[in-house]
Amino acid sequence: MTARPASITPYPDGPLLVRGDIQLTAADGEPISLRRRTSALCRCGLSAIKPFCDGTHKAAGFRTEGR
Amino acid sequence: MTITAEELDTARIPFAARGPLSEAVLAHLSGTMSPDLTDLARKALDTSADILHDDDVQLALFSLYASVYGSVAGFDPRLEWDTRAIAARALVEEVFERAIREAVGVPALPEPTPDAIARALFHLTGADDGPSLSRFVARKATAEQLQEFLMQRSVYTLREADPHSWAIPRLHGRAKAALVEIQSDEYGGGRPDRVHAAIFAASMRGAGLDDTYAVYVDDVPAITLASHNMMSMFGLNRRLIGAIVGHLAAFEMTSSIPNRLYGDGFRRLGYGANVTDYFDEHVEADAVHEQIAARDLAGSLGEDRPDLLPDIMFGAAACLALDGMVAGHMLERWSAGESSLRHRGEA
Repeated sequence: MTARPASITPYPDGPLLVRGDIQLTAADGEPISLRRRTSALCRCGLSAIKPFCDGTHKAAGFRTEGR
Repeated sequence: MTITAEELDTARIPFAARGPLSEAVLAHLSGTMSPDLTDLARKALDTSADILHDDDVQLALFSLYASVYGSVAGFDPRLEWDTRAIAARALVEEVFERAIREAVGVPALPEPTPDAIARALFHLTGADDGPSLSRFVARKATAEQLQEFLMQRSVYTLREADPHSWAIPRLHGRAKAALVEIQSDEYGGGRPDRVHAAIFAASMRGAGLDDTYAVYVDDVPAITLASHNMMSMFGLNRRLIGAIVGHLAAFEMTSSIPNRLYGDGFRRLGYGANVTDYFDEHVEADAVHEQIAARDLAGSLGEDRPDLLPDIMFGAAACLALDGMVAGHMLERWSAGESSLRHRGEA
Protein backbone atom coordinates (compact mmCIF):
# COMPACT_ATOMS: atom_id res chain seq x y z
CA MET A 1 0.00 0.00 0.00
CA THR A 2 1.40 3.40 -0.88
CA ALA A 3 1.47 6.05 1.84
CA ARG A 4 -1.32 8.59 1.71
CA PRO A 5 -0.29 12.23 2.03
CA ALA A 6 -1.22 13.53 5.45
CA SER A 7 -4.14 15.88 5.93
CA ILE A 8 -5.48 17.67 8.99
CA THR A 9 -9.08 18.90 8.95
CA PRO A 10 -10.54 21.05 11.72
CA TYR A 11 -14.17 20.03 12.22
CA PRO A 12 -16.31 22.97 13.42
CA ASP A 13 -16.90 22.96 17.19
CA GLY A 14 -14.97 19.70 17.33
CA PRO A 15 -11.61 17.96 16.96
CA LEU A 16 -8.92 17.95 14.29
CA LEU A 17 -9.28 14.93 12.04
CA VAL A 18 -5.95 13.55 10.93
CA ARG A 19 -5.68 11.27 7.94
CA GLY A 20 -2.82 9.77 5.99
CA ASP A 21 0.75 8.91 6.73
CA ILE A 22 1.77 10.82 9.84
CA GLN A 23 3.90 10.24 12.90
CA LEU A 24 2.58 11.46 16.22
CA THR A 25 5.23 12.06 18.85
CA ALA A 26 5.05 13.13 22.49
CA ALA A 27 7.07 16.15 23.65
CA ASP A 28 9.75 13.82 25.05
CA GLY A 29 10.16 12.17 21.66
CA GLU A 30 8.23 9.01 22.51
CA PRO A 31 6.10 7.91 19.58
CA ILE A 32 2.33 7.88 20.19
CA SER A 33 0.78 4.97 18.35
CA LEU A 34 -2.14 5.66 16.07
CA ARG A 35 -4.65 2.84 16.29
CA ARG A 36 -6.76 3.84 13.29
CA ARG A 37 -6.40 5.28 9.80
CA THR A 38 -8.35 8.41 10.75
CA SER A 39 -7.77 9.91 14.19
CA ALA A 40 -9.43 12.80 16.02
CA LEU A 41 -7.12 15.06 18.03
CA CYS A 42 -8.49 17.06 20.97
CA ARG A 43 -8.91 20.76 20.27
CA CYS A 44 -10.90 21.88 23.33
CA GLY A 45 -8.34 20.76 25.92
CA LEU A 46 -10.85 18.73 27.93
CA SER A 47 -10.36 15.20 26.62
CA ALA A 48 -9.45 12.51 29.13
CA ILE A 49 -7.56 10.59 26.43
CA LYS A 50 -5.40 13.40 25.02
CA PRO A 51 -4.01 13.86 22.48
CA PHE A 52 -7.12 12.12 21.15
CA CYS A 53 -10.69 13.43 21.27
CA ASP A 54 -13.21 11.69 23.54
CA GLY A 55 -16.26 13.79 22.65
CA THR A 56 -16.20 15.88 25.84
CA HIS A 57 -16.20 19.13 23.82
CA LYS A 58 -19.91 18.60 23.13
CA ALA A 59 -21.00 18.60 26.77
CA ALA A 60 -18.66 21.53 27.45
CA GLY A 61 -20.18 23.65 24.68
CA PHE A 62 -16.82 24.13 22.90
CA ARG A 63 -17.19 26.49 19.93
CA THR A 64 -14.83 27.36 17.11
CA GLU A 65 -15.01 30.42 14.90
CA GLY A 66 -14.59 30.58 11.16
CA ARG A 67 -12.88 27.66 9.51
CA MET B 1 -24.27 -25.53 -3.64
CA THR B 2 -26.72 -28.18 -2.59
CA ILE B 3 -27.73 -28.71 0.97
CA THR B 4 -29.56 -31.81 2.06
CA ALA B 5 -32.15 -31.73 4.81
CA GLU B 6 -29.79 -33.78 6.95
CA GLU B 7 -27.02 -31.18 6.67
CA LEU B 8 -29.33 -28.34 7.60
CA ASP B 9 -29.28 -28.42 11.35
CA THR B 10 -32.56 -26.97 12.49
CA ALA B 11 -31.52 -27.56 16.07
CA ARG B 12 -29.12 -24.71 15.46
CA ILE B 13 -31.79 -22.08 15.95
CA PRO B 14 -30.85 -20.88 19.40
CA PHE B 15 -34.19 -19.29 20.27
CA ALA B 16 -37.86 -20.25 20.51
CA ALA B 17 -41.02 -18.86 18.91
CA ARG B 18 -43.14 -16.36 20.85
CA GLY B 19 -46.45 -16.83 19.06
CA PRO B 20 -48.08 -18.12 15.87
CA LEU B 21 -46.27 -15.83 13.40
CA SER B 22 -42.77 -16.38 14.76
CA GLU B 23 -43.50 -20.10 15.01
CA ALA B 24 -44.46 -20.23 11.32
CA VAL B 25 -41.49 -18.08 10.29
CA LEU B 26 -39.00 -20.28 12.18
CA ALA B 27 -40.51 -23.41 10.63
CA HIS B 28 -40.54 -21.83 7.17
CA LEU B 29 -36.94 -20.59 7.26
CA SER B 30 -35.70 -23.95 8.46
CA GLY B 31 -37.30 -25.71 5.53
CA THR B 32 -40.81 -26.62 6.62
CA MET B 33 -42.73 -24.53 4.15
CA SER B 34 -45.60 -22.55 5.65
CA PRO B 35 -47.81 -21.50 2.75
CA ASP B 36 -49.92 -19.23 4.94
CA LEU B 37 -47.08 -16.99 6.09
CA THR B 38 -48.65 -13.77 4.78
CA ASP B 39 -52.07 -14.66 6.25
CA LEU B 40 -50.44 -15.22 9.63
CA ALA B 41 -48.54 -11.94 9.27
CA ARG B 42 -51.78 -10.05 8.52
CA LYS B 43 -53.51 -11.69 11.46
CA ALA B 44 -50.63 -10.90 13.85
CA LEU B 45 -50.49 -7.29 12.67
CA ASP B 46 -54.26 -6.82 12.89
CA THR B 47 -54.33 -8.01 16.49
CA SER B 48 -51.11 -6.34 17.63
CA ALA B 49 -51.73 -3.65 20.24
CA ASP B 50 -48.23 -2.16 19.92
CA ILE B 51 -45.90 -3.54 17.29
CA LEU B 52 -42.80 -2.03 18.94
CA HIS B 53 -43.41 -4.20 22.01
CA ASP B 54 -44.96 -7.21 20.25
CA ASP B 55 -42.82 -10.26 21.02
CA ASP B 56 -44.28 -12.48 18.31
CA VAL B 57 -44.02 -9.91 15.51
CA GLN B 58 -40.56 -8.61 16.48
CA LEU B 59 -39.10 -12.11 16.80
CA ALA B 60 -40.62 -13.03 13.41
CA LEU B 61 -39.07 -9.94 11.82
CA PHE B 62 -35.74 -10.57 13.58
CA SER B 63 -35.72 -14.09 12.13
CA LEU B 64 -36.58 -12.90 8.62
CA TYR B 65 -33.62 -10.50 8.78
CA ALA B 66 -31.34 -13.13 10.35
CA SER B 67 -32.02 -15.23 7.27
CA VAL B 68 -30.61 -12.42 5.11
CA TYR B 69 -27.61 -11.71 7.36
CA GLY B 70 -26.87 -15.43 7.51
CA SER B 71 -26.45 -15.07 11.26
CA VAL B 72 -28.43 -18.18 12.28
CA ALA B 73 -27.02 -21.48 11.04
CA GLY B 74 -30.35 -23.29 11.15
CA PHE B 75 -31.93 -21.10 8.46
CA ASP B 76 -31.79 -22.57 4.96
CA PRO B 77 -29.71 -20.27 2.71
CA ARG B 78 -31.88 -21.25 -0.27
CA LEU B 79 -34.76 -19.38 1.37
CA GLU B 80 -32.98 -16.02 1.57
CA TRP B 81 -35.01 -14.65 -1.33
CA ASP B 82 -38.06 -16.87 -0.85
CA THR B 83 -41.01 -14.86 -2.11
CA ARG B 84 -43.31 -15.88 0.77
CA ALA B 85 -40.73 -14.84 3.34
CA ILE B 86 -40.16 -11.53 1.54
CA ALA B 87 -43.90 -10.91 1.24
CA ALA B 88 -44.44 -11.50 4.95
CA ARG B 89 -41.48 -9.27 5.76
CA ALA B 90 -42.85 -6.44 3.61
CA LEU B 91 -46.22 -6.62 5.39
CA VAL B 92 -44.58 -6.39 8.80
CA GLU B 93 -42.19 -3.65 7.68
CA GLU B 94 -45.03 -1.47 6.44
CA VAL B 95 -46.75 -1.48 9.83
CA PHE B 96 -43.45 -1.29 11.76
CA GLU B 97 -42.25 1.72 9.77
CA ARG B 98 -45.57 3.51 10.26
CA ALA B 99 -45.45 2.85 14.01
CA ILE B 100 -41.92 4.25 14.27
CA ARG B 101 -42.89 7.33 12.25
CA GLU B 102 -45.91 7.89 14.50
CA ALA B 103 -43.81 7.48 17.64
CA VAL B 104 -41.02 9.75 16.47
CA GLY B 105 -41.98 12.49 14.03
CA VAL B 106 -39.50 14.46 11.94
CA PRO B 107 -37.43 17.11 13.72
CA ALA B 108 -37.13 20.62 12.23
CA LEU B 109 -35.26 20.46 8.93
CA PRO B 110 -31.95 22.31 8.54
CA GLU B 111 -30.79 24.00 5.33
CA PRO B 112 -29.37 21.40 2.94
CA THR B 113 -25.70 22.19 3.60
CA PRO B 114 -23.23 19.88 5.36
CA ASP B 115 -22.59 22.50 8.05
CA ALA B 116 -26.26 23.12 8.84
CA ILE B 117 -27.06 19.39 8.78
CA ALA B 118 -24.14 18.53 11.08
CA ARG B 119 -25.14 21.29 13.50
CA ALA B 120 -28.78 20.15 13.48
CA LEU B 121 -27.74 16.56 14.21
CA PHE B 122 -25.40 17.59 17.04
CA HIS B 123 -28.17 19.76 18.46
CA LEU B 124 -30.75 16.95 18.23
CA THR B 125 -28.51 14.33 19.82
CA GLY B 126 -27.14 16.76 22.42
CA ALA B 127 -30.64 17.74 23.51
CA ASP B 128 -31.69 14.10 23.92
CA ASP B 129 -33.04 13.76 27.43
CA GLY B 130 -33.51 10.00 27.25
CA PRO B 131 -32.79 7.93 30.35
CA SER B 132 -29.12 7.72 31.17
CA LEU B 133 -28.31 4.07 31.23
CA SER B 134 -24.61 4.89 31.05
CA ARG B 135 -24.63 6.94 34.27
CA PHE B 136 -26.49 4.14 36.03
CA VAL B 137 -23.99 1.57 34.77
CA ALA B 138 -21.06 3.75 35.82
CA ARG B 139 -22.29 4.34 39.36
CA LYS B 140 -24.81 1.76 40.49
CA ALA B 141 -25.19 -1.36 38.35
CA THR B 142 -24.55 -4.70 40.03
CA ALA B 143 -22.45 -7.47 38.49
CA GLU B 144 -25.66 -9.23 37.51
CA GLN B 145 -27.02 -6.10 35.81
CA LEU B 146 -23.77 -5.66 33.87
CA GLN B 147 -24.18 -9.20 32.54
CA GLU B 148 -27.74 -8.40 31.52
CA PHE B 149 -26.48 -5.25 29.83
CA LEU B 150 -24.03 -7.28 27.71
CA MET B 151 -26.72 -9.83 26.86
CA GLN B 152 -29.14 -7.10 25.74
CA ARG B 153 -26.45 -5.40 23.69
CA SER B 154 -25.27 -8.64 22.08
CA VAL B 155 -28.25 -8.79 19.69
CA TYR B 156 -26.81 -5.84 17.79
CA THR B 157 -23.21 -5.63 18.89
CA LEU B 158 -22.14 -9.13 17.88
CA ARG B 159 -23.24 -7.91 14.41
CA GLU B 160 -21.94 -4.38 14.96
CA ALA B 161 -21.88 -2.17 11.85
CA ASP B 162 -23.55 -4.76 9.60
CA PRO B 163 -27.00 -3.08 9.34
CA HIS B 164 -25.41 0.16 8.10
CA SER B 165 -23.18 -1.62 5.59
CA TRP B 166 -26.23 -2.40 3.45
CA ALA B 167 -26.19 1.32 2.57
CA ILE B 168 -22.73 1.26 0.95
CA PRO B 169 -23.77 0.27 -2.60
CA ARG B 170 -26.78 2.61 -2.41
CA LEU B 171 -24.69 5.72 -1.79
CA HIS B 172 -22.44 7.63 -4.16
CA GLY B 173 -19.52 10.03 -4.04
CA ARG B 174 -18.73 11.83 -0.79
CA ALA B 175 -21.37 10.06 1.30
CA LYS B 176 -20.19 6.64 0.13
CA ALA B 177 -16.54 7.46 0.88
CA ALA B 178 -17.51 8.73 4.34
CA LEU B 179 -19.54 5.62 5.18
CA VAL B 180 -16.73 3.34 4.04
CA GLU B 181 -14.23 5.36 6.10
CA ILE B 182 -16.37 4.69 9.20
CA GLN B 183 -17.16 1.06 8.39
CA SER B 184 -13.55 0.24 7.60
CA ASP B 185 -12.68 1.27 11.17
CA GLU B 186 -15.68 -0.67 12.53
CA TYR B 187 -14.34 -3.74 10.75
CA GLY B 188 -10.86 -3.37 12.25
CA GLY B 189 -9.03 -1.55 9.44
CA GLY B 190 -7.58 -4.83 8.19
CA ARG B 191 -7.01 -6.35 11.64
CA PRO B 192 -9.44 -9.20 12.41
CA ASP B 193 -8.86 -8.89 16.16
CA ARG B 194 -9.93 -5.22 16.01
CA VAL B 195 -13.27 -5.86 14.28
CA HIS B 196 -15.61 -4.18 16.75
CA ALA B 197 -17.97 -7.15 16.88
CA ALA B 198 -14.96 -9.38 17.67
CA ILE B 199 -13.82 -7.03 20.46
CA PHE B 200 -17.34 -7.19 21.90
CA ALA B 201 -17.31 -10.99 21.67
CA ALA B 202 -14.04 -10.99 23.65
CA SER B 203 -15.66 -8.74 26.27
CA MET B 204 -18.58 -11.17 26.56
CA ARG B 205 -16.23 -14.10 27.06
CA GLY B 206 -14.25 -12.07 29.58
CA ALA B 207 -17.45 -11.49 31.53
CA GLY B 208 -18.22 -15.22 31.51
CA LEU B 209 -20.89 -15.08 28.79
CA ASP B 210 -21.40 -17.09 25.60
CA ASP B 211 -20.47 -15.13 22.47
CA THR B 212 -22.43 -17.37 20.08
CA TYR B 213 -24.74 -15.17 18.05
CA ALA B 214 -28.41 -15.10 19.09
CA VAL B 215 -27.89 -17.38 22.08
CA TYR B 216 -29.47 -14.75 24.36
CA VAL B 217 -32.33 -13.80 22.04
CA ASP B 218 -34.76 -15.76 24.25
CA ASP B 219 -33.75 -13.47 27.13
CA VAL B 220 -34.35 -10.09 25.53
CA PRO B 221 -37.69 -8.28 25.32
CA ALA B 222 -39.42 -7.27 22.08
CA ILE B 223 -38.14 -3.69 22.27
CA THR B 224 -34.50 -4.86 22.15
CA LEU B 225 -35.32 -6.82 19.00
CA ALA B 226 -37.28 -3.83 17.64
CA SER B 227 -34.30 -1.51 17.97
CA HIS B 228 -32.13 -3.95 15.99
CA ASN B 229 -34.92 -4.68 13.49
CA MET B 230 -35.29 -0.98 12.82
CA MET B 231 -31.65 -0.75 11.72
CA SER B 232 -32.04 -3.80 9.50
CA MET B 233 -35.22 -2.37 7.94
CA PHE B 234 -33.58 1.01 7.30
CA GLY B 235 -30.49 -0.67 5.85
CA LEU B 236 -32.18 -3.28 3.70
CA ASN B 237 -34.72 -0.98 2.02
CA ARG B 238 -33.13 1.53 -0.30
CA ARG B 239 -36.20 3.79 -0.09
CA LEU B 240 -35.03 4.32 3.53
CA ILE B 241 -31.42 5.24 2.67
CA GLY B 242 -31.81 8.63 4.37
CA ALA B 243 -33.06 6.98 7.56
CA ILE B 244 -30.16 4.53 7.85
CA VAL B 245 -27.69 7.38 7.35
CA GLY B 246 -29.43 9.51 9.99
CA HIS B 247 -29.54 6.49 12.28
CA LEU B 248 -25.79 5.92 12.02
CA ALA B 249 -25.08 9.59 12.66
CA ALA B 250 -27.19 9.65 15.84
CA PHE B 251 -25.79 6.30 16.96
CA GLU B 252 -22.19 7.52 16.65
CA MET B 253 -23.02 10.88 18.22
CA THR B 254 -24.42 9.29 21.37
CA SER B 255 -21.61 6.81 21.84
CA SER B 256 -18.21 8.11 22.94
CA ILE B 257 -19.19 9.64 26.30
CA PRO B 258 -21.61 6.81 27.28
CA ASN B 259 -18.97 4.22 26.41
CA ARG B 260 -16.51 5.84 28.82
CA LEU B 261 -19.19 5.50 31.52
CA TYR B 262 -19.94 1.87 30.59
CA GLY B 263 -16.22 1.11 30.87
CA ASP B 264 -16.14 2.86 34.26
CA GLY B 265 -18.99 0.63 35.46
CA PHE B 266 -17.11 -2.53 34.54
CA ARG B 267 -13.88 -1.19 36.08
CA ARG B 268 -15.77 -0.30 39.28
CA LEU B 269 -16.73 -3.96 39.68
CA GLY B 270 -13.22 -5.18 39.05
CA TYR B 271 -13.42 -6.31 35.43
CA GLY B 272 -10.12 -6.14 33.56
CA ALA B 273 -9.05 -4.71 30.22
CA ASN B 274 -10.23 -7.87 28.44
CA VAL B 275 -13.79 -6.71 29.20
CA THR B 276 -13.38 -2.92 29.12
CA ASP B 277 -11.39 -2.88 25.86
CA TYR B 278 -14.59 -2.72 23.82
CA PHE B 279 -15.88 0.36 25.64
CA ASP B 280 -12.52 2.13 25.74
CA GLU B 281 -12.05 1.51 22.02
CA HIS B 282 -15.40 3.19 21.34
CA VAL B 283 -14.57 6.33 23.31
CA GLU B 284 -11.78 7.05 20.83
CA ALA B 285 -13.31 5.54 17.70
CA ASP B 286 -16.73 7.13 17.94
CA ALA B 287 -15.28 10.59 18.62
CA VAL B 288 -13.86 10.19 15.09
CA HIS B 289 -16.90 8.52 13.58
CA GLU B 290 -19.40 11.09 14.83
CA GLN B 291 -17.61 13.91 13.00
CA ILE B 292 -17.45 11.97 9.75
CA ALA B 293 -21.03 10.70 10.12
CA ALA B 294 -22.53 14.11 10.83
CA ARG B 295 -20.68 16.22 8.30
CA ASP B 296 -19.25 14.03 5.55
CA LEU B 297 -21.91 11.32 5.48
CA ALA B 298 -25.24 12.85 6.53
CA GLY B 299 -24.20 16.39 5.59
CA SER B 300 -23.03 15.47 2.10
CA LEU B 301 -25.99 13.23 1.45
CA GLY B 302 -28.44 15.94 2.51
CA GLU B 303 -26.71 18.45 0.25
CA ASP B 304 -26.61 16.08 -2.72
CA ARG B 305 -30.13 14.77 -2.11
CA PRO B 306 -32.21 17.43 -0.27
CA ASP B 307 -35.23 15.18 -0.82
CA LEU B 308 -33.67 12.78 1.71
CA LEU B 309 -33.29 15.41 4.42
CA PRO B 310 -36.57 14.56 6.21
CA ASP B 311 -35.56 10.90 6.42
CA ILE B 312 -32.02 11.71 7.56
CA MET B 313 -33.48 13.66 10.50
CA PHE B 314 -36.18 11.03 11.05
CA GLY B 315 -33.59 8.22 11.17
CA ALA B 316 -31.58 10.14 13.76
CA ALA B 317 -34.65 10.82 15.89
CA ALA B 318 -35.78 7.18 15.55
CA CYS B 319 -32.38 5.98 16.79
CA LEU B 320 -32.67 8.17 19.88
CA ALA B 321 -36.28 7.15 20.50
CA LEU B 322 -35.84 3.37 20.27
CA ASP B 323 -32.49 3.29 22.05
CA GLY B 324 -34.20 5.39 24.73
CA MET B 325 -36.98 2.80 25.02
CA VAL B 326 -34.46 -0.03 25.42
CA ALA B 327 -32.52 1.93 28.04
CA GLY B 328 -35.77 2.94 29.75
CA HIS B 329 -36.82 -0.70 29.97
CA MET B 330 -33.59 -1.73 31.67
CA LEU B 331 -33.60 1.21 34.09
CA GLU B 332 -37.25 0.69 34.97
CA ARG B 333 -36.81 -2.98 35.76
CA TRP B 334 -33.59 -2.42 37.66
CA SER B 335 -35.04 0.42 39.75
CA ALA B 336 -37.86 -1.94 40.71
CA GLY B 337 -35.29 -4.50 41.83
CA GLU B 338 -36.17 -6.81 38.92
CA SER B 339 -34.26 -8.37 36.03
CA SER B 340 -34.45 -6.64 32.64
CA LEU B 341 -34.44 -10.02 30.96
CA ARG B 342 -37.52 -11.66 29.60
CA HIS B 343 -38.74 -14.73 31.44
CA ARG B 344 -38.15 -17.57 28.99
CA GLY B 345 -41.46 -18.89 27.70
CA GLU B 346 -43.21 -15.54 28.25
CA ALA B 347 -45.13 -14.60 25.08
